[in-house]
Amino acid sequence: MHVLTLLAVLLCISLLGFRISQSRALSLARTAGLHSLPYHHGQFASLAILLPGLGVILLWSLLEAPLALWLALDHLPVPPNLADGEVRLLIAEISNIAAGYGGRQDPALLAAAWHYRELRQTSFTLAASVAVSVSLGGLVFAWRRVTPSHQARNSVERVLKIFMILCSALAVLTTAGIILSLLFEAFRFFVHVPFTAFLFGLEWSPQKALPAEQIGAVFGAVPLFTGTLLIASIAMLVATPLGLLTAIYTAEYAAPHIRTVAKPLLEILAGIPTVVYGFFAALMVAPALRDTGAMFGISISSESALAAGVVMGIMIIPFVSSLADDIMSAVPQSLREGSLGLGATQSETIRRVVLPAALPGIIGGILLAASRAIGETMIVVMAAGLSAHLTANPFAAVTTVTVQIVTLLVGDQEFDSPKTLAAFALGLVLFVVTLALNFVALQVVRKYREQYE
Amino acid sequence: MNSRIPPTPLPSLSIQSTQCLRARIRRRHVAERRFRFYGFSAMVLTLAVLVLVFSFILSKSYTAFQENVLSLRIAIDSAMIDSKGNPLTADYRELIQKAVAGLFPAVTDRHDRHLLFSLISEGAPYALRALVTRQRQQAKRDGNIIVDVLLSDEADQFLKGHITAHVSEKERKIKDLQVTWLKELQARGLIHSRFNITLFTAGDSREPELAGILGAVTGSFYLVIVTLGLSFPVGVASAVYLEEFAPRNRLTDMIEVNINNLAAVPSVVFGLLGLAVFLNGLSFPRSAPLVGGFVLSLLILPTIILAARAALKAVPLSIREAALGIGASKMQSILHHVLPLAMPGIMTGTILGLAHALGESAPLLMIGMVAFVVDTPVTLLDPATVLPVQIYLWADSPERAFLEKTAAAIVVLLGFLIAMNTIAIMVRIKFERRW
Repeated sequence: MHVLTLLAVLLCISLLGFRISQSRALSLARTAGLHSLPYHHGQFASLAILLPGLGVILLWSLLEAPLALWLALDHLPVPPNLADGEVRLLIAEISNIAAGYGGRQDPALLAAAWHYRELRQTSFTLAASVAVSVSLGGLVFAWRRVTPSHQARNSVERVLKIFMILCSALAVLTTAGIILSLLFEAFRFFVHVPFTAFLFGLEWSPQKALPAEQIGAVFGAVPLFTGTLLIASIAMLVATPLGLLTAIYTAEYAAPHIRTVAKPLLEILAGIPTVVYGFFAALMVAPALRDTGAMFGISISSESALAAGVVMGIMIIPFVSSLADDIMSAVPQSLREGSLGLGATQSETIRRVVLPAALPGIIGGILLAASRAIGETMIVVMAAGLSAHLTANPFAAVTTVTVQIVTLLVGDQEFDSPKTLAAFALGLVLFVVTLALNFVALQVVRKYREQYE
Repeated sequence: MNSRIPPTPLPSLSIQSTQCLRARIRRRHVAERRFRFYGFSAMVLTLAVLVLVFSFILSKSYTAFQENVLSLRIAIDSAMIDSKGNPLTADYRELIQKAVAGLFPAVTDRHDRHLLFSLISEGAPYALRALVTRQRQQAKRDGNIIVDVLLSDEADQFLKGHITAHVSEKERKIKDLQVTWLKELQARGLIHSRFNITLFTAGDSREPELAGILGAVTGSFYLVIVTLGLSFPVGVASAVYLEEFAPRNRLTDMIEVNINNLAAVPSVVFGLLGLAVFLNGLSFPRSAPLVGGFVLSLLILPTIILAARAALKAVPLSIREAALGIGASKMQSILHHVLPLAMPGIMTGTILGLAHALGESAPLLMIGMVAFVVDTPVTLLDPATVLPVQIYLWADSPERAFLEKTAAAIVVLLGFLIAMNTIAIMVRIKFERRW
C-alpha cells in the first residue's frame, strides 16, 4: 500500500465521520436546542479524525527512514571507527540496493538491504494501522460528543485559529531558517578560511589548488564586493535619472490618457523575467558596446561591467519610477497650488516644492532599488564575467557576489569543501547587506517623512 | 511707529528693468519647457528600450518556428517487417544512409560520404522507425516509404540564412561541398520547410534540431501548481490572522517588519535556504518540482500576504459589524462575508505572485534544476527543469542553432506571462468592488 492510498482512506473516514455526526446532530436538533449548527458537529468530527491520523503519518515519515537505516547498519559488520563519509556511502549503497538500482554484490550488504526493506515495510504497515485506528477512535470520540450542549463551532474555530497562527509563524520561521542555515554553513566555512582573510583578502580564485593551510589566501572577497558595487552603481546611474524623470512626467505633466497607457507598459518592463534581460544583455548590448568601443579604439571586454550595469539599470527603472510616482502623488495638492499661486512655473514647483517634500520617500525608494540591483543574479550570470578582477574600469570584465554563489554551487565539488561553503558565506554577506539597506531605507522614510493632515 | 526709518525706494519701472523682467520670465518658461521635455523624453526612452527588447527577441525567434526537412524514399525490405506486421529491429540508420547515398551516386570518397551523411539529423533513424511502426501495413504493400527527416542543425541554420557562404570555409561548420549538395537538393525540390512541431513536442537534447520545450513547460506547470497549493492557503491564512485577529503589540509589529523584509531579500538567498534545509536537511529529491515549489512558495509568500492584507483592509468595517450584529461569530463573519468580498484582490495578488514565480530561475539553479533533463517529468518527484532555466542553459550553449531556440522559448515564456497578467487585470476589473 502506498502513502497516497493511506491518505485517501483517511479522507474517506473523515467524510464518513462528517456525515454521521451531522445526521446525529440533525436528529438531536428536532428534540433539543443545539449550541452549534449540525454541520459544525460534522466539521468537528472531520477534524478529530484527520488531525491525529495526519500527525501519525507526519511523525512516521520524518522518523522512519533514518531509523530504519540506522537499524540496518547495525546488522552490518562494519569496523567501529569508519569515517563519516564512508558511513554515508554505505547508507547510500544500502538504500540504492533496497530500491532496486543494484550495487555491489557483497552478501553482507545485500542482507542489510533486504533487512532494511523489510523494516520499512513493517514500519509502514505498523504506521498505517496506527493511523487508521487512531482515526477510527477519533470517529467514535466525535460521534459520542454530539450533544446539545457541545460547543462544536467554538472548537472548530479554535482549530482554525491555531492553523492561522502557525501559518503566520511560517514567515518568521522562514527568516529564522535563512539566518540559521546561512550562519551554520558559513561557520563551517570560516573554520577553513579565517573571517578577516575572507572579508579583506584581495584575491579570489577558488579553483587554485593550494594545500589546506594556505587555502585562506584565495578566498578574499574584496574583488567581488568591488565588482558588485561597480555594476550596481552603473545600474543606479542609469536608473535614477531615467526613473525619476519618468515619474515626474507621469505624475505631474502627463495627460490622463497618456498615463493610463504608460503605466501598464512600465509594469510590463518590471514583469519581464531577468533571464530575458540577461539574454538581451549577453547577445545584443555586450556585442554592440564592444563594436562601438572598437570603432573608437577603446577595448571594451565582451563581458564588460558596462553592459551588465546598463541592462540592470533598465530592469530597475520601473521600481524607481513607480515608487517615486506614488510618493509624489501623495504630496498634497495644496502645496503645489500655493507655489503656483505665487507665480512659479510648474517645473519650479516640482523642483522646489514637490521634490523636497517627497525626498525622503524617493531616497528610500532609491535605496530599495539599489538593494535589488545588488541582489540581482541572472543578468550578471549571463552578461558579466567569471574571473575576479579588482578594478574600477567599467569596460573591464568583473564578477559579482551573486555570480560566484551560482558558479560555486552549480559545479560539481563535494558539499563539504571550502569552495561550496564559500557560497554560503557570500550569501550571508549578501543577506546582511540587503537587510541593512532595507532597514536604512525604512528608517529614512520614517524619520524624515512629512505628515500632512 | 517706524516713521523714523526712511521707506525703501520702490524699484523704478524703467524700460530696461521691464525688459529684464520679460527676459527672465521668458527664460523661466524656456526652462519649464526644457524640463517637461526631459521628463517626456525619459519616458519615451524607457518605452523605446522596452520595444527594442521585444523586437530583438522576436526578430531572433521567428525562424525557430520552422524546421527544414528532407524527403527520402526508403526501400522497405520485406525482411524488415515480419509476417505478423511487426517492424523488426532493422538498421534504420543504414537504410537512411543508403537512401541519401542513392541521391548522390557520384560521391564515393569515404570522407565525402561522411560529410554527406552528417547533413541528416542524428534523430532521423528514430523518426523512421516510428513512421514504419505506424504505417507498417501500407509500407509492406508499397515496398517503400517516404519519410521526412530532419536536417542537421548546421544545414538547417544554413538554409535559414544564419550561416552564410560568404565566410571562409575554415570559419564555419558547414563545408562548401555540403553547401553544393544542399543547393542541389533544394533545386530537386526534396527539401521543404514546415512548422517546427519538434520544438513543442520534444524534451531537451544535445542536438539543437531535436531539442524542444515540452519537458521545461511540463516542469514549469507542475512547479506553478505546487507553488499555488502551498503559498495560497498559507498566505491567505496568515493575512487573515494578521489583519483580523492579531493584537496590536510588539510581536505583531515584528512579524510585519519581518514580512516586509522577506519581500526584499534577493532570490538567490531563498535558493541557498532551499539547498541547506530542504535538500541537505530533509533529503527531498533533488531537481524535483516539489522542492522548487517549496522554495518558490516561500519566495512569493510575502507578496501574497501583503496583497491579501490590502484586500482585507479595503473591505469596510460596516460589513463585519453587520455580520456580528446578526449573531455571527468573528470567524464566521470573516469566512462568510469579508473573505469572499476580498477574494478578487487576493486572487489578483496571487496571480501576479505566480507570474513572478514562473519567471524565477536563480533559486532553482541552487536546488539542482539546472541538470540536463531529457525526459518529461511524470510525477512531482521526478527531476525536471523549468522554462527560465531551460532558456539559461540554451543561452549558454555554443551551437548556433540554440540562439533561435532560446529566443523562441523566451517568446513562449513571455506569452504565458502576458496571459497571466491579463487574467489578473481582468479579474481585477470585473470583480473588484469599490466601496
